[in-house]
Amino acid sequence: MATDKYYIPEHGSPWPVVASVGLFTTAFGAAEFIHQSFNPDSYPGAWGKFVFMAGLAILLVTVTLWWRDTIRESVGGLHNRVLGGSYRQGMMWFIFSEVMFFGAFFGALFYTRWLIVPWLGGAGNNAMTHELLWPNFQSMWPLVMTPDGRATQAMEAWGLPALNTAVLLTSSVTLTIGHHALIEGKRGRLIFFQFLTVLLGISFLSLQAVEYHHAYTEMGLTLHAGIYGSLFFMLTGFHGAHVTIGTIFLIITLTRVIRGHFSADNCFAWEASAWYWHFVDVVWLFLFVCVYWL
Amino acid sequence: MQLTPLYRRAAGLLSVIMATTANASDWATRSDLDLRPGVTQVSQEVHDLHTTILWIVTAIGLLVFGLILVAMIRHRRSRRPNPSTFHENIVLELLWTIVPFIILIAMAVPATLVLFQLEDSSGSELTVKVTGSRWKWNYEYLTYKDDNQVNLSFYSNIATPVEQRETPVFSAGLFPYGTASDRGGQPAPKKDHNYNLEVDKPLVLPSGIKVRFLITSDDVIHSFWVPDFGGKKDAIPGYVNEMWAKIPEGKEDTYYGQCTELCGKGHAFMPIEVKVVSQDKFDTWLADEKAKAAAAPDLTPFADLKEAMDAGEGVYKANCALCHGNNGEGGIGLKFAGSEFMTDAKHLPEHIDTLINGRNAMPSFKAQLSPRDIAAVVTYERNAFGNDSGDLVQPADVNDHESQ
Amino acid sequence: MTTATATHDAHHDHHHAPSGLKRWLFSTNHKDIGTMYLWFSFAMFMTGGFMAMVIRAELLEPGMQFVDPEFFNQMTTVHGLVMVFGAVMPAFVGLANWMIPLMVGAPDMALPRMNNWSFWILPFAFTLLIGSVLMSAFAPGHPAAPDFGWTFYAPLSTTYGPDSTDLFVFSVHMMGISSIMGAINVIVTVLNLRAPGMTLMKMPLFVWTWLITAFLLIAVMPVLAGAVTMVLMDRHFGTSFFDAAGGGDPVLFQHVFWFFGHPEVYIMILPSFGIVSAILPTFSRKPLFGYASMVYATASIALLSFVVWAHHMFTVGLPLAGTLFFMYMTMLISVPTGVKVFNWVATMWRGSLTFELPMKWAIAFVVLFTCGGLSGLMLAITPVDFQYHDTYFVVAHFHYVLVTGAIFSIFAAAYYWLPKWSGVMPSKLLGELHFWSSLISANLLFFPMHFVGLAGMPRRYADYALQFADYNFWISIGGFWFGLSQLLFVAVAVRCAMKKGEKAPANPWGAADGLEWEVPSPAPFHTHETPPLIK
Repeated sequence: MATDKYYIPEHGSPWPVVASVGLFTTAFGAAEFIHQSFNPDSYPGAWGKFVFMAGLAILLVTVTLWWRDTIRESVGGLHNRVLGGSYRQGMMWFIFSEVMFFGAFFGALFYTRWLIVPWLGGAGNNAMTHELLWPNFQSMWPLVMTPDGRATQAMEAWGLPALNTAVLLTSSVTLTIGHHALIEGKRGRLIFFQFLTVLLGISFLSLQAVEYHHAYTEMGLTLHAGIYGSLFFMLTGFHGAHVTIGTIFLIITLTRVIRGHFSADNCFAWEASAWYWHFVDVVWLFLFVCVYWL
Repeated sequence: MQLTPLYRRAAGLLSVIMATTANASDWATRSDLDLRPGVTQVSQEVHDLHTTILWIVTAIGLLVFGLILVAMIRHRRSRRPNPSTFHENIVLELLWTIVPFIILIAMAVPATLVLFQLEDSSGSELTVKVTGSRWKWNYEYLTYKDDNQVNLSFYSNIATPVEQRETPVFSAGLFPYGTASDRGGQPAPKKDHNYNLEVDKPLVLPSGIKVRFLITSDDVIHSFWVPDFGGKKDAIPGYVNEMWAKIPEGKEDTYYGQCTELCGKGHAFMPIEVKVVSQDKFDTWLADEKAKAAAAPDLTPFADLKEAMDAGEGVYKANCALCHGNNGEGGIGLKFAGSEFMTDAKHLPEHIDTLINGRNAMPSFKAQLSPRDIAAVVTYERNAFGNDSGDLVQPADVNDHESQ
Repeated sequence: MTTATATHDAHHDHHHAPSGLKRWLFSTNHKDIGTMYLWFSFAMFMTGGFMAMVIRAELLEPGMQFVDPEFFNQMTTVHGLVMVFGAVMPAFVGLANWMIPLMVGAPDMALPRMNNWSFWILPFAFTLLIGSVLMSAFAPGHPAAPDFGWTFYAPLSTTYGPDSTDLFVFSVHMMGISSIMGAINVIVTVLNLRAPGMTLMKMPLFVWTWLITAFLLIAVMPVLAGAVTMVLMDRHFGTSFFDAAGGGDPVLFQHVFWFFGHPEVYIMILPSFGIVSAILPTFSRKPLFGYASMVYATASIALLSFVVWAHHMFTVGLPLAGTLFFMYMTMLISVPTGVKVFNWVATMWRGSLTFELPMKWAIAFVVLFTCGGLSGLMLAITPVDFQYHDTYFVVAHFHYVLVTGAIFSIFAAAYYWLPKWSGVMPSKLLGELHFWSSLISANLLFFPMHFVGLAGMPRRYADYALQFADYNFWISIGGFWFGLSQLLFVAVAVRCAMKKGEKAPANPWGAADGLEWEVPSPAPFHTHETPPLIK
């Protein structure tokens, strides 16, 4: 570590405010995209999606340039141990916030399984709910027949999802082997195992795409299929989005590994991407148990 | 807008504070400072609990504020230039952790007991299903004593005429449609004694027996609250909540309530009016209502356009004005004034159909308006607001459409 | 370029602020970012206040006089959202930005660029939200702004929500990102950048309360994001989270929302506790009573805040066991809160009190917040809550804790630290006028709300029955008066910003304790570049 001084960008940075413009553009574009897609009578035009994509592009470019700056500072020796600690702690709290984000959806899942569905079937203080409003409804989980009579099928755990679990668990192992290689300074091994991890990540996403396709075309399991479909796609979809982000993150750190940016004591970004990967892995285990299996 | 002079306002507030007793049921003459004791036994227990807790918190408050006041007066620098330096006292700190805890237990015990009573709706002899519906209430009598098939249902709309509500200076947004000078010099319209509380068809209940309400909703969440019955319950679409009341004999009177969960534009305009009568009177009323419901609808044709328009205006104000505007200017609902839908005769069948079956956010009115009412209001909408289409719809036309 | 810039940076003269627009847009300085937060928050306070004036004008007399009920609902909704997410929370983040690095001896916030991003998201998020109100007011056809209350209960916000709901959803996402990043920055600064010797139990209480607040923010803002995401899905993508017909439940929304919402309430009051715990000892010339128990009480309040959420929904028909659990837990919160109030009283007790402006606001806070706390205890008692719920009694309660609580403490903080921020003393005359005018008008505004609520007036009513007319008239008069009083603070703040007034020494309050008073006033652009040594 080159310096004792805690690094603070002296001339400020243009990226945060530009990123805010990007977020705003994305949000506004997304809202108009939605309006123009679902309500074309009141919202003629089709510019919403372009604004949305422009916003994403601004965000992407900004994040790249922002990271470029921090990478230069890091490689230039401006970061000290204390700043490394700030980054690590910041990343941990970020992951904690992600845990809580998934927590909201898991909470919805448990509330639905344990309370809503039995109540609609007349349990607890809801006998009259069942008798007066949904007399034909049967309480069950997975809910394959909604109170208003929409039918669907439950996703079986021991086919594709089990395979996907194996894929994701293996990727965690390969990444850990990579981590050891990083600490021991064996770059070739690190590159090999990180590359393998990225491949496994992409396989996972591909298998999930196959699973979704199967659900939509053959099982009638869609977002419209009532609360079971809603929760299924919300939880697995959000997880899939996180796997995508994690894979991109790993690809970025892989290129940095190839460029020789990391050493055993200066590897925050690499560790962050690894933590993130382990986090999505753990979330998947919960998903597999709570959504597919039980 | 004419403001009451300030001194009269002050006198008004004073008289409110001085007023300690008033006719319990005439809510509108009495602007209480405190919670209403209510009319049922449970509501009075709730009131007693409220009073107990209020005194406890008042005592705690006075203790704290008293200590602060003493410190502010006696421990100011001019009197005490040298402050003490203590900053810890384990005994004190334990004391003001444990004592409040004990007070809390003393509060929790009666609270729990009253709660048990409130939640126990067993042993009722009359069951009424209460359905919130933007922005009116539907009452459906399900069971009464041995009769499990009462099957009497009606809607209850606010009765306060829209004119008493005035027309806002800024009609839809902050940008004025009308201007302040349009209203300049016009006094605020006189308001009824029970402004915003009365309905066209009150809920009628017998005294002396336990009544169970099964509360639900057609659309968004509403909340059914009659303060004199001791509480409220939310009306949640797709679920049924239960509440009960037993109005003692001798307390036959009219009680008012309001919707207490934000439900959109008409939230403030869906009051609850409950007429409590003796059981004899209730039995007669129920028999009459059932007979009326069983009778064939009144299909007497309107003599001319004017008769239909006069009848339709009332129906419009009560059922349509909130969404479509007092003068058909639109809002949540379609704009009627000058609309091609209203002036072109080819849309007439669709117009009638919309009222009967509903369309998107527009609810069906089949259950709440008679064919005669629907005919009148369709005629009104097609001829008022400068539409002048000349279309006259007869009750029989609507009846034919309904039976199709 | 990398190393060249880097070396240049290291030798740059640190003690001159950059100038021009870039200073603010690109800032990585905690003081500048704090200043921006505080100005933004005040602007939002005035905006939300203007909406409150519209509400009170309409409620001055029974009948609809100014706006129609639909626009009225938009006003109550956006007033709440702007005050919670635009005024109170950013004010606290601004104070944290300014004061925490000064108080713990850190050179800046731990992640300065992210700090800037946290701030700059906010103006854009509120552009989305307030933009839809402006559209509703001025655009042809008056497309409705969010009109479902700040709590946006489904299905009023899903099936029945106006189109602008989608803009609202995305703006809440943006506010969430901003809050989470701001909170991460606070936590990391406190845990990682304290000066040597500054142990956790030596930290000023403001830092402690903010540390716990930041934890709450990171824990619950994502849950709010989850709630709005489900709203968006239900609105457009066919899901049934809040629709019984598909096996969902509108009450599920309320559970998710209030799991966020109740900790959110403490997010808006814990930093106040820290502020008051800084001010009372200074002007009592006596150390804070029971520092350790204050810390434990704050932590207990924060933990309890996760298990009391359903007290906002006693009337939805919870199972009896659930009702009892949430009632008892809620009542329990009054124990640690009581400890705090008693500790403050004991801090003043046998001190040597003077009543400068920050002290006046702080004492007003203790008294009036206690009023709000006591009515909160009443609301916890479920059987009577069935009567109080969704009436003006609740409105009175949360305005006592949020206006005479949170906002009063923010004013206390502003008067206390303005000398440090600006280098000049705030105007005594204007300050006294502002205080007394606000104190009297706020009570005229909020106290009768208790009566009108008990008398039976539901909240969010655009029009009401005649028996509520007298109270509402006086409440509105109090409202206009309170609103106008805040213009006095504009004058106070602008005078300080323009450096008009008596020069402030490093420690203008004499007895004030803490690292922030050891640097000159105004605080130089960079402080604690070499960490101070804590004895």
